[in-house]
Amino acid sequence: MREQSILRVAAKMMTPFILVFGLYVVFHGDISPGGGFQGGVIIASGFILYGLVYGGADMRRVIPRWLSDALLALGVLLYAGTGTFCLLAGYRFLDYTALRPSSPGTGEVIGMTLVEYGVGFTVAMVMVTIYNEISEGTVPEDGGDGSATAEAPSSGAAAGRDAIRPGTAAPPSAA
Amino acid sequence: MSLGGHYNYWIAILLMMIGLYPVIAKPNLIKKILGLSLFQTGIFLFYISVGKVFGGTAPIYFEPAGRDPAMYTNSIPTALILTGIVVSVSTTAVALAIAVSIKRAYGTVEMYDIENADRDDQE
Amino acid sequence: MIRNNLPVLVIIIPLLAGLVTSFSRRLPGFAWAWVTAVTWVVFAIAVALLREVLGLPTGGHISYPMGSWTVPWGIEYRVDALNGFVLVIVAGIAAVVTSGARLSIEAEIPADRQHLFYSVWLLCITGLLGITVTGDAFNVYVLLEIASLATYTLVAMGKDRSRRALTASMNYVVLGTIGASFILIGIGYLYMVSGTLNMADIAEHLRVLQSAWQQGDMTYRRTVVTAFAFLMTGFAIKLALFPVHSWLPDAYTYAPSPVSALLAATATKVGAYITFRFLFTVLGASFSFNVMPAGVIILICGVAAVLAGSWIAMRQSNIKRMLAYSSVAQIGYIAIGLGLANPTGLQGSIVHLFNHAVTKGGLFLALAGVSFRRGGVTLRHVQGMGRRMPLTMAAFVAGGMGLIGVPLTSGFISKWYLLSGAIDKASYASAVALILGSLLAVGYVWRVVEVIYFRPPADPAEDVREAPASILIATWVLIGASLFFGVNATLTARLSAAAVRALGVLP
Repeated sequence: MREQSILRVAAKMMTPFILVFGLYVVFHGDISPGGGFQGGVIIASGFILYGLVYGGADMRRVIPRWLSDALLALGVLLYAGTGTFCLLAGYRFLDYTALRPSSPGTGEVIGMTLVEYGVGFTVAMVMVTIYNEISEGTVPEDGGDGSATAEAPSSGAAAGRDAIRPGTAAPPSAA
Repeated sequence: MSLGGHYNYWIAILLMMIGLYPVIAKPNLIKKILGLSLFQTGIFLFYISVGKVFGGTAPIYFEPAGRDPAMYTNSIPTALILTGIVVSVSTTAVALAIAVSIKRAYGTVEMYDIENADRDDQE
Repeated sequence: MIRNNLPVLVIIIPLLAGLVTSFSRRLPGFAWAWVTAVTWVVFAIAVALLREVLGLPTGGHISYPMGSWTVPWGIEYRVDALNGFVLVIVAGIAAVVTSGARLSIEAEIPADRQHLFYSVWLLCITGLLGITVTGDAFNVYVLLEIASLATYTLVAMGKDRSRRALTASMNYVVLGTIGASFILIGIGYLYMVSGTLNMADIAEHLRVLQSAWQQGDMTYRRTVVTAFAFLMTGFAIKLALFPVHSWLPDAYTYAPSPVSALLAATATKVGAYITFRFLFTVLGASFSFNVMPAGVIILICGVAAVLAGSWIAMRQSNIKRMLAYSSVAQIGYIAIGLGLANPTGLQGSIVHLFNHAVTKGGLFLALAGVSFRRGGVTLRHVQGMGRRMPLTMAAFVAGGMGLIGVPLTSGFISKWYLLSGAIDKASYASAVALILGSLLAVGYVWRVVEVIYFRPPADPAEDVREAPASILIATWVLIGASLFFGVNATLTARLSAAAVRALGVLP
C-alpha cells in the first residue's frame, strides 16, 4: 500500500492531526462529548492507519511492544491508583474529595481528569495491541508492493523499501 | 400499542434479529462474530433511543435551557451504553482472537469443516 | 480503614494483583506464589465480611457507596447473608484450587504464557466476586462480562492439549454473549420503569407498581413482564439450566484441569446467586411466582436437567465430560429448589450451592491429578488405578458418593432439604425426579468406580505413581469439607437459613 502515493502522503499528513484530536477528546471529555474510551480509540486509529499504510514493521518501530505494554499497565495503574490513593487517605474508594479536601469540586475535576487519562492510554494501547496480534503474519510487513508478499522480516523491509523506491516511478509511466 | 410512536423499538428489534440471523444460520465463524456485534449494536440503539426527551437538548449545561431536567436528554443511558460498547468491543476482540487460533489449528473457519475434522479426530 | 472498605477490597486486590502478575515473565516461580497469596487474602476478607453480616440483626446488610456518592444515585456494594455466603464459597474455592494447581498448570500451559494465564485467572476471580458483592444492576452486567471474557480465555488456553478447546470456547463466547445481551435488555427495561439502577431502589419502585396492578391500574405491566422474560432467559443461559446448557459440557471437558475445577465450582453458583437475587429481591417473590409462572417453568427445566443430565452422563467415556453432564444435573437440583420457592426448598438450593461447589471442585482436582500422571481422563486412563493411585481414587469415590447423596456426605444434606421442600409443597413429581436423579447418579459413578477398582490396568508393567502432593492436598481439603459438612451440617444449615431470611422468604 505504500506504493500508492496518495495513501502514503495522506496517511502521513493526517496521523498527527488524528492523534491531537484524540488527545483533545480525552482532555475535554468532562464538558463535551468524549472522554477516555472515545479518545483512546481515536488515538489508536491514528496508529493503526499508519500501520495499515506503512506496514507492521514501521508501526512497531514507532510503538514498540514494550512501550504499548507499559502504557497499558500505566493507564490501569493510574485509574486504580487514584482510587487506592483515596482509600489510603482515609476516604472511600474513588472518593475524589481526598485529592483536594479543601475544595471537593476541584478534587472531582482532578480525579476525573486523571481517571480519563488512564482510561485513554489503556484503551489506545489495547486497540493497537489487538491490531498487532491479529494482523501478525497476515498483513505484509513492509506495506506491500502491489503484489501480496507476507512476513518480510524488518531488515528485509528496509532493503525492500529501497528496492521498491526506484520502481515507484515505473508503473505510472508504464501505464 | 401505537406503531408510529414506538418506531425506535421496531428498528431496534429489526437490527437485533438481523444480527441474530447469521449467528444461527451462517456456518462461517467470522460472519457469526459480525452478527453478534450487530445484535449488540441493536441493543445499544434501543437503550439510547429510550433516553431521548422530546424537545430536549444534549445533556450539556446550556444557559437558555436553565436547570430544568426536563429540557435535557437523559445522559445515564448514554453512559451505560458507553460501557456496553467497551464490553462489546472486548467480546469481539476475544472472539476474533479465538477465530484466528481456530484458523491456525484447523486451517478453516467454516463450522461444518471444523465439525468434520473433530469427528475424524475422535475416530 | 481496612474494616470499613472490605466490600471494595475484595475486588480491587485481585484486580491490581492480576495486573502485577501479567508483568512477571522474567520471574518464573513468582506468578503462582503471588496469585495463591492473593486468593488467600481475598478469602480472609470474604470470611470477615460474612462474620460482620451475621453479627447484624436479621435482614441487615453492609452498604458501601462507591466514591461516597449517596446511595440511589451512585453504585452501592451491598453484602447481606446470601451475598456473604456465596462470597465465602467463591473465594474459598478459588484459594484452594489455586494452591493445588501449580504442577497441573506447568504441565498443561506453555511456559511463556503461564504468567498471562495467572493474570487472567485473577481477573476471572475478580469478576465472579464482583458479581456477588455489587448492589447495582448495571454493575452486575459489567462484572458478569468481565468474568465471562476471562472464562472464555481460560477455556481456550486448553488448546495445547486438544484443539477442540478452541471450538468449545467459541461456542461459549456466542452463547454467553447472547445471554449477557438479554440480561442487558432486561436491565434496560427495569431502568425505564424505575429510573434507577440500584437493585434495592428498583425493588421499591416495582413494589409500588405491583400494588397498583392489584388495584387494577395496569401501568408498565407489559414492560416489567418483558424485562422478566429477558432477564430469566439470560440468567438461564449463564446458569446452564437444561435447555440452554449446551456450552457447558464442551467448555468443562476441554479446558485445562484447574480451570475446569474453578469454573465448575464457582461460575454456575454465581449464576444461581444472581437468579435468586433478581427473582426474590428485585422483582419480588409474589410477582415472580404468583403472577409470572417462574416457579413452574424453572421446576420443569430443573426436573428435565436432572433426568437428562444424569442419563447422558452415564453414556460418557471421558470422565471430565461425565462430570460436566453431572454438573448439569446438579444445577437442575438447585433449579428444583428455586422452583419450589418454599423456605425448605430454597434452603436446600442454597446449601446445595456450597455442597456442590466443594464436591465438584474436589472431583475435578482429583481428575487434575489423574491427568497429570496419566496424560488423559478417559476410562482407559483410570482403568485399574485403584491400587496405584489410592488416595486420588478414594477422593474420587468420596466425591461420587457426594454426587449421589449417600448419607454422611454433604450431598445427602442438600437432597434431604430439597425432598422435604418438595413434599411440603406436595410436588410429588419433583420428589420422584430427585430420587431418580440419585439412582441415575449411582449409575454413572459406579461405572467409573468399577473400572477403577475391578479391572486390571491396561498396561500392568507401567509404573504409575500417586498424584503429586500439592494437587492431592487441595483435593482432599475440598473432599474433606464435603464429608465434614455431611456429618456436621450445623454451620451450612445456619448460613443457608440466614440467607433464605435475607431473601425475604420467612419460614
